[in-house]
Amino acid sequence: MVARIPILKLYNCLLISIQWELDDQTTIQFQEDLLQKIHETGANGVVIDLTSIDVIDSFIAKVLGDVISMSRMMGAEVVLTGIQPAVAITLVELGIHLQEVLTALDLEKGLETLQRELGEKAWRTNPM
Amino acid sequence: MENESYVKIMTEWDIVAARQLGRNIAKELEFGTVDQARITTAISELARNIYLYAGQGEIRIERMNVYGKCGVKVTAADNGPGIQDIRKVMEDGYSTSGGLGAGLPGVRRLMDEFDITSSLQEGTTITAVKWIR
Repeated sequence: MVARIPILKLYNCLLISIQWELDDQTTIQFQEDLLQKIHETGANGVVIDLTSIDVIDSFIAKVLGDVISMSRMMGAEVVLTGIQPAVAITLVELGIHLQEVLTALDLEKGLETLQRELGEKAWRTNPM
Repeated sequence: MENESYVKIMTEWDIVAARQLGRNIAKELEFGTVDQARITTAISELARNIYLYAGQGEIRIERMNVYGKCGVKVTAADNGPGIQDIRKVMEDGYSTSGGLGAGLPGVRRLMDEFDITSSLQEGTTITAVKWIR
């Protein structure tokens, strides 16, 4: 059984808070679920909050990086938030820099980053 | 308390199991949070290498106490195809799997000591040690 990570819609944005340790299958399932949800909702912003995650290995980093590129291809910008100090240190030591990825300290700042990136349109309360 | 624990790596779920075992032992030995993450990540990478390249093998995790210095030793052993050119796999950015793993140079940076022996057709054994600072 593969656990599904809940994806919440808030106006034009999707919010995801990853609350438990990611295994390969859950991560891959999440990739599909997120793209499907972007397609269904027409969301143009995504925040993935990693506050509760204390380990990201190269595989999970790669799947996250891929899902960010894929989302962009579909017209949605993704911000990663809440990366723990230990996670940032281990990722860089591993050689993973996530350089082209938008990041922010926490969910609040992540939403602000998205707002800046997308301009006003992300925050219309009655989208189309 | 046993000094050595191990996880057989046969499916991708075993990668999670190895990671959790490593994290528990690192916690128990009172490593700091960053070192716990380093050890757990290194185990995850080594377990994934076994799963990807050898199909199966095992991860052993040992508590070390050498002249009052405490640490943890991780051994990743498999009977897979072996590594043809060890020097090459220790170069940053080298991969035969299309970039799935960050690879062994990353693991070496995460840990304090790192050793690899491999022979073709017989398998690969990697040991990595982290000391408590």
